[in-house]
This record gives sequence, structure tokens and C-alpha cells, in this order.
Amino acid sequence: MAHSPVPVTPRWPSIVATMLVLSLTFGTLGAVAWRAEWASGLAPADWVAVRFTVVQAFLSAAISVLLAIPVARALARRRFRGRQLLITLLGAPFLLPVIVAVLGLLAVFGRGGVLNDALTALGFSPISIFGMHGVLLAHVFFNLPLAIRFILQGWLSIPSERFRLAATLNAPVWRLLEWPMLRVVLPSTFLVIFLICLTSFAVALAMGGGPRATTIELAIYQSVRFDFDLGKAALLACVQFGLCVGAAILALRITAEDVTGAGMDRVVQRWDVARAGVDYAWIIAAAVFLLVPLGMVVLRGLPGIFDLPDTIWAAALRSIIVASGSAILCVSMALALAVRGGMLIAVVGVLPLAASGLVVGTGAFLIVFPFIRPADVALLVTVLVNATLALPFALRAIGPSAAQVNADYGRLGASLGMTGWAWVRLVVLPRMRRPLGFATGLAAALSMGDLGVIALFAGQAEETLPLAMYRLMGAYRMETAASAALLLLSLSLLLFWICDRGGSANADV
Amino acid sequence: MNTTYLPLAAGLALCATSALAETPVLQVMTYDSFVTEWGPGPAIEAAFEATCGCDLQFVGTGDGAALLARLQLEGPRTEADIVLGLDTNLTAAARETGLFAPHGVTAELDLPIAWTDAEFLPFDWGYFAFVGNAGEAQATSLRDLAASDLKIVIQDPRSSTPGLGLLMWVKTAYPDEAASIWADLADNIVTVTSGWSEAYGMFLEGEADAVLSYTTSPAYHLIAEEDDSKVAWAFEEGHYMQVEVAGKVAGTDQPELADAFLAFMVSDAFQSVIPTTNWMYPAVTPTDGLPAGFETLMTPETSLLLSPEDAAAMRDGALEEWRTALSQ
Repeated sequence: MAHSPVPVTPRWPSIVATMLVLSLTFGTLGAVAWRAEWASGLAPADWVAVRFTVVQAFLSAAISVLLAIPVARALARRRFRGRQLLITLLGAPFLLPVIVAVLGLLAVFGRGGVLNDALTALGFSPISIFGMHGVLLAHVFFNLPLAIRFILQGWLSIPSERFRLAATLNAPVWRLLEWPMLRVVLPSTFLVIFLICLTSFAVALAMGGGPRATTIELAIYQSVRFDFDLGKAALLACVQFGLCVGAAILALRITAEDVTGAGMDRVVQRWDVARAGVDYAWIIAAAVFLLVPLGMVVLRGLPGIFDLPDTIWAAALRSIIVASGSAILCVSMALALAVRGGMLIAVVGVLPLAASGLVVGTGAFLIVFPFIRPADVALLVTVLVNATLALPFALRAIGPSAAQVNADYGRLGASLGMTGWAWVRLVVLPRMRRPLGFATGLAAALSMGDLGVIALFAGQAEETLPLAMYRLMGAYRMETAASAALLLLSLSLLLFWICDRGGSANADV
Repeated sequence: MNTTYLPLAAGLALCATSALAETPVLQVMTYDSFVTEWGPGPAIEAAFEATCGCDLQFVGTGDGAALLARLQLEGPRTEADIVLGLDTNLTAAARETGLFAPHGVTAELDLPIAWTDAEFLPFDWGYFAFVGNAGEAQATSLRDLAASDLKIVIQDPRSSTPGLGLLMWVKTAYPDEAASIWADLADNIVTVTSGWSEAYGMFLEGEADAVLSYTTSPAYHLIAEEDDSKVAWAFEEGHYMQVEVAGKVAGTDQPELADAFLAFMVSDAFQSVIPTTNWMYPAVTPTDGLPAGFETLMTPETSLLLSPEDAAAMRDGALEEWRTALSQ
């Protein structure tokens, strides 16, 4: 990444972060493998699951990224009232617990949903949402927001001087500025979404309509829960990691070198803002697709929101504490890794995405259990795991600008003899406020909504909000659960908004 | 958050645990929905602690299948004294762990079948059934359902205990034709979910005409929500049962308390809590009878249940039939 001299920063923070990632990914896998009685290899049905997993993940990522490009471009080029709020809201689906999002989608696209009601009223036959197209629809719904944000960030990172220069010379902005930026941003965005979909399980099964839609993660579930065949679970987890590392290396190889160069850090002004209609059409289409199902979640949850039992509020408070802790830890790790950069760190940075939640939880349980009551460390383990699982997103959010700071100011810093904390505090942090705020918000919100390992560890007294919501559903309390889901959605968005705004308080976006 | 806070919190939690160490602790490992404030857990804890001079602690672990996996993970080192919430589809594997001791309880059980298991003692039971909306078209048998246009949501047998129950239901009703029944059911199945909650939620949202659940599910809507719009479909082949059991861990450090708990489990104080918290039939009908509303429930003419050994032996083959038929 950095070809020129950069100021020296201490190695230990990045080493600590790397160790934590490795122990929670390969370490937990090792614990599971070590405990396993090796009985069986992978059956043909498992390879069918691998194939289905890869195909749906590839298509989901491709569609998400392709659709995100025009939306991100429109959002980067247009200024309108409520734009910031819209950008924040568009991020919401990504933060929703799986089951809530699925029910929201069904309220729009399902048998009794708005869309089919409209189709029937217009005399068309209703459509079924279940099948491969349903899996893709759900995954695009989840991941389009992420793709939009990542690509939008790329657009906003093009220095305003370039646009000014292009406008002066009447040069093609797309070919000279935007396409080169996309060649840097797209591969890693695609990779992150591909990996998220790689470990999908409940969504793929529920929307896929049956065992055809068996993913690797479901096969891991079956191995652990149905067959108690830890050896097979470990093998499947290895396949997942193999796919992850392969995809990561491939993505890195096709990522172009960042050639935009340094600017004066000024607000972007655009002169090439013709054809506003097309841009607004994209923005409206994305908003309808992402916000209508969300509106359904809000509608379902609203009636009972003030009658939620005290335990839910206690769980919410616990979730906020866990989310804050893991967001801070996550962003610190991401910063430590990002200022050092390099190929190894790029791979370490995406590894947690390919980790099977069940293997991580089971492995962590096996490591902790001989020494301490799992419930006693439930929240601590959750903070560590959530921070690690959110690391790829945080790293992806701050990585490009960290590399840019190194490239743009590294020589200057080195010539001034800046090292360590002084360099980070005086140059890196101020340059990276916007992505850091975004990364913190993302990590906090992700941790907020993640069921993660807590289900394996937590007793009654350690219950987090998503876990409490699932337990409500398990006890027939669907309406209370819907209100808890709304609370979860609001808190996640609020946390995200606070951090995101904090990072861009004096910026133009 | 201050980074010194977390170890401190963990330390405090440890202190809190050891402060209670003078009263003997009975640890009961169970599934999640048992221990929530809407489940039977709190009332049962209060009732048992009033008599035992002990601290009853429930440890929740996901659903029934997760419970068994958790026990297998912990192995002989488990701190649990009682494991509560396995069903007969899981007890063969549980028995194989060698972790369980005979329960030693003799009680008059009100089950539709004879119960002779020496290690596992039932605390409640129910029938699997498809639950639909009152006044709408219903299927009258598995075969009828397969031939109809009715849409259902089911759970995956690989990740859900009701899903596994349906697998056994079809296999018990049609030992030799299960594969073709599943093939005929394929176009009725809207989707397969990983857990009960997703499926039930989808049904309530109107995604299907019925959902795989229990004959007792309408009782929840009737009693807790005063809503009589849900009915369980009665099937001619009979209904497969779920019998939920508890067992005493052989390595328990509180054998007397564990025995006392199992005896308490089939007493009125425990059993009267079950119907309106776990929404199942109590294993021993309480002296006051079942709560009002339960008499409205559909009662199957025929009860189907495989022995734990048969269930374990048939499971993998039945799963393969299921997967092949539904993957076409």
C-alpha cells in the first residue's frame, strides 16, 4: 500500500489485533477440531450445499454492487433536503436482525404483502417470493445499503481539486476520476458482501423455500446440533475459510492501485450535474425498495412499544453497553491494522466474515468452559466476538482513507520526524474523522443487532436485546417481539447516527 | 467504555456467585423458552425454593436440540444436576452419552401412552399438528394435505425439534411411503424455516394456510389473547407426540436435591404451571384439572410415537428421504 516512507508507528497494536482475530477464527476452529471424534468426511450433499452457497453469494454480491453504483453516484452528486437522514436510513436494513428483516420483506413481497395485494387488484396473478430469487432479494435488501455506503465513500474521497480541474478542462469525469475510483472500491465491496452471504443460513433457508437452499452454515448447524459431528463441522468451517481466503486474494489482485492522489481536503463541488432526473429516479427506487419493508417493521412494532416489559429495557441497556464496548475495541483494532497496511492484514481483515458463527461460539465455549462458568463471561466474550466480527466492515470503511493518508502525507510526516502517537493524533485521526465515525457507528450498530455467540453463553441475567426478542418470539409473544424489534432498530440507528454524525460534524456530507 | 470495566464486571459476577455458595445450588439446564419470564421457569423456581432450602438456577441453551449439543460439549464436567427439555427423538443420543442416572420416580403419569423409561421422566407432552385459521379450508390427513392446494410452512428437521417431529410423524404414519408423501407435499410447502419462531411468525403474517406447531397452540391465542381464530387440523393418520422429559445427571454433586426436584416435577405445584406457560399438556393432570380453554382443543384419536431407539435408528434414513423429495 505505502510505497513511500511513512512515519513509524508501534507494531504491538496491530499484533494484538491480529492475534485476537486469529484466535477467534482459527483458534475456535482448532478447539472444535481438537474436541472432535473424526468419523466422517464430507458427503455429496455437503458439496451440493457448497455449490449453492457460492452461487447465491456471488449473485447476491454482484447484484448488490451493480445496483449500488448508480445510487451511490446519485447520492454523491445531488444535494437535497434530508439527504443525510436518507443516507442514514438507507443503512438500516443492514443493521436489522435477520428474522425482523425477513418478516418486513414478507409484509411487502409475501403472499399477503402489499405488492401482491396491488397485483391482484390490478388483475395480475400473485407472485411467490420463495426460491433462489427470494434468497437474492433478501440478500440484496440486506447488503445494498452497505454497498451504497462503501461506494459513496469512494466518491466522496475524490478530492475536490480533481473535479475542478476536470471541469476546467472539460474532461470526462467518469473515465478519468470515477471509473479509476470504482476500480479501487468495487473489488473489496464485492468481497465483503460475497463473504457475508457465504455464511448466510436462516435467510437463505427461509427465503429459498426448502432444503435446496442449504448453505454451508446450515450444514455446520446440522453437524453440531443434529449429528454432534464436530469433525465434520470443523471440515465445513475449513471449506468456508478456504473460500474466504481465495476470494480475498482474488479481490486484492484485481483491485487497482489508487491513483487519485492528494488534494487540499476541501469540500467537493460538482459541475457535471446534468440529468438530475435519472439520479433522483435511482435514489427514489432505492429508498422505496429499502424503506418500505422497514416501514412495515415500524408499523408492526409501534402499537406495543410503550408496553414493553422492564426486562426488555434492561436487555436494551445491556446491549448498548456491549455495543459501545465492542465498537471502541473494533475501531481501535481496525485503526491499528489500517495504519500498518499490507497483504496479510488485508486477509486477516476479512477472515472474521468467513467464520461460522456456530463454530466461533462452540469453540469459544470449549475454550472457556473448563476454567469459568460461561454465563459469567457472556458479555465479555460477546464484546470480543462482536468487535472481531465487525472488524472487516470497520477496516473496509477506514482502510482506503488510511492508505490515502499514508500516501498523501506519509513523506511529509516522515521528513518532519513524526512517529507513533503524534503522527496518529495530529495527522491520521483528523484526516479520518469521517470514515472513523462511520466505522464506529457501523460496529456499534452491528454489535447491537447481532445474536452472535450470546445465545450459547447467556443465562437470564446476561440477555441482550436481540436474544430477548428471539425468546419473546419463542414464547408466542410475536407482537411484543415486534415492538422489541422496533426498539432494537431505533437504538441501532441512533447509535449509528450519533457516531456517524460525530465523525462528520464539520464535513459537508 | 473504559477497558478496565470488563474484567471488573466479570470479577463482580464471580463474587456474586460465590456469595451464594452457602445455600446448596441445584442447576437445571433447559431450553430458552422455559426460563423466560413468560415461561414456566420463574413460578417453578419460586415454588421449589420455598421448600428445598436451596438455590434453583436455570441455565437456558437455545432449543431442545441445542440443549443436547450443549450437554455433549460439556461432557462429564457439566455442572448441571438436571437436564430438562429433551424429547424422545433426542433421548437415545442423550442416553448414549452415559451422563444420566436412573430417575427413581414412580408416578401416575397421564400420558396417552405407557411410560417405562428408567432414566428420563416426562414433565409435559403434546401433539404436533398443523395450525390454521378457523373457518378456512382444512386438510383431514397428511395424504389429503399432500393432494390439496393448501400452503404450509414447516421447520427444518436438521435445526428444529418440531421439524424433526414432522419427519417422524410422516415416517410413522407411512413407514414405506414416506418418500412419496414428501414428494406430494413438496408443492404445499411454502418454505422451510430453521426454527419454530420464524415459521409461526410467517403463518401469522399470512404467508401460509397453516404452520407446523402443536394442538395446544390455539390455547395460547384463546387464553392469553382471547382470540379463538386459530385451530389445529385433525389428521386421520393420528398425530405424532412430543414427550418432553428431564433426567438426573449421574455426576451431580447434589443427588438428594436432584431427586427432590424430579419428585417435585411431577407434583401439582410444577404441573399446574405448565399448561399456560409452556402451552403443553402436563404429564400429570393437576388436581384442579386443566385450565379453562383446554377443553376446546382438538384431541387426536390416534397417538403416534416411536420409541427413542426406533426414532434414533430411523432418523438418518428419514432425513435423506425428506431432503431428496424436497430438493427436486
